[in-house]
Amino acid sequence: MSGTRPKIPVVPCSGIGKSLGAAAREAAYVLVEDLRPDKTRIVALSLLVLGDEEARREVAGGEAVAIDGCKLECAAKGLACSGAAKVHKIAVFDVVRRHRGLKPEGVCDLNEDGLRLARATADEAAKIVDEVDAEGGHA
Amino acid sequence: MPNLPRKKVGLISCSGEELPEGTVTRRAVRKVLETLRPDDTVTLCLPLFLAGGEGERAFARYYPTISVDGCDKRCAALATEKYSSKPLASIVVTEIAKESGYGAIGTARRLDESGLRLADAVADKIAEETDRLLKRKPKDTTRRAGREGS
Repeated sequence: MSGTRPKIPVVPCSGIGKSLGAAAREAAYVLVEDLRPDKTRIVALSLLVLGDEEARREVAGGEAVAIDGCKLECAAKGLACSGAAKVHKIAVFDVVRRHRGLKPEGVCDLNEDGLRLARATADEAAKIVDEVDAEGGHA
Repeated sequence: MPNLPRKKVGLISCSGEELPEGTVTRRAVRKVLETLRPDDTVTLCLPLFLAGGEGERAFARYYPTISVDGCDKRCAALATEKYSSKPLASIVVTEIAKESGYGAIGTARRLDESGLRLADAVADKIAEETDRLLKRKPKDTTRRAGREGS
């Protein structure tokens, strides 16, 4: 391995109104900083919304991971509109259904359950990243 | 048009996930919404402009808005203008940080003490602009509300 393979873009939703949006954001940091730092990088959704050329180049034509807080799926739609060839969707509202005991609260400062939900979401995203990486589909 | 109370100001933060200044925008906007001007403000979700949030677009078209951006790319201001209407006030965190002499502020994931103070300063600026847009006498935000969580 040369170690020069491009990292897989990860785009979390920027939800500022609900805890699930905050969990999506935290999950992206867990994934990119703790779990798969060598394989992933964050791309800001606001840049894609604006149509920033550099950000679009980072995602266009490849595979990417969207982590969304709610059913509106802004991150997934932002990636699709920016030319990503394949968008792998992780939905925090689905993850929380699989972890029914968790009661996430807070936006700027998630409570302990919110942080656990973020970790569970990141774990699911990491599996997708490994599959994409194994297939080499993100290049 | 969404059925919203009159005389509210919409706050649109960039929330940029790559930069600590993006995290500052989130924290500052939440402080204004929750503590400083809860009766006068609502938040608008920037990505919903692109994802088809007609309520967001309509609000920004008919109500005053303040964009809060982390850097000089000004995604929130420019995207709001692109999809709806030009914000009546525009705040850029890096400009406030430079004017006030802030240095390192932590990471996008975790702001340090300096970053939290910067978020407070940005929140005060948003509250000031909110009062101006609503033509209200400015309130003393610094004495009424200390830093969140402190």
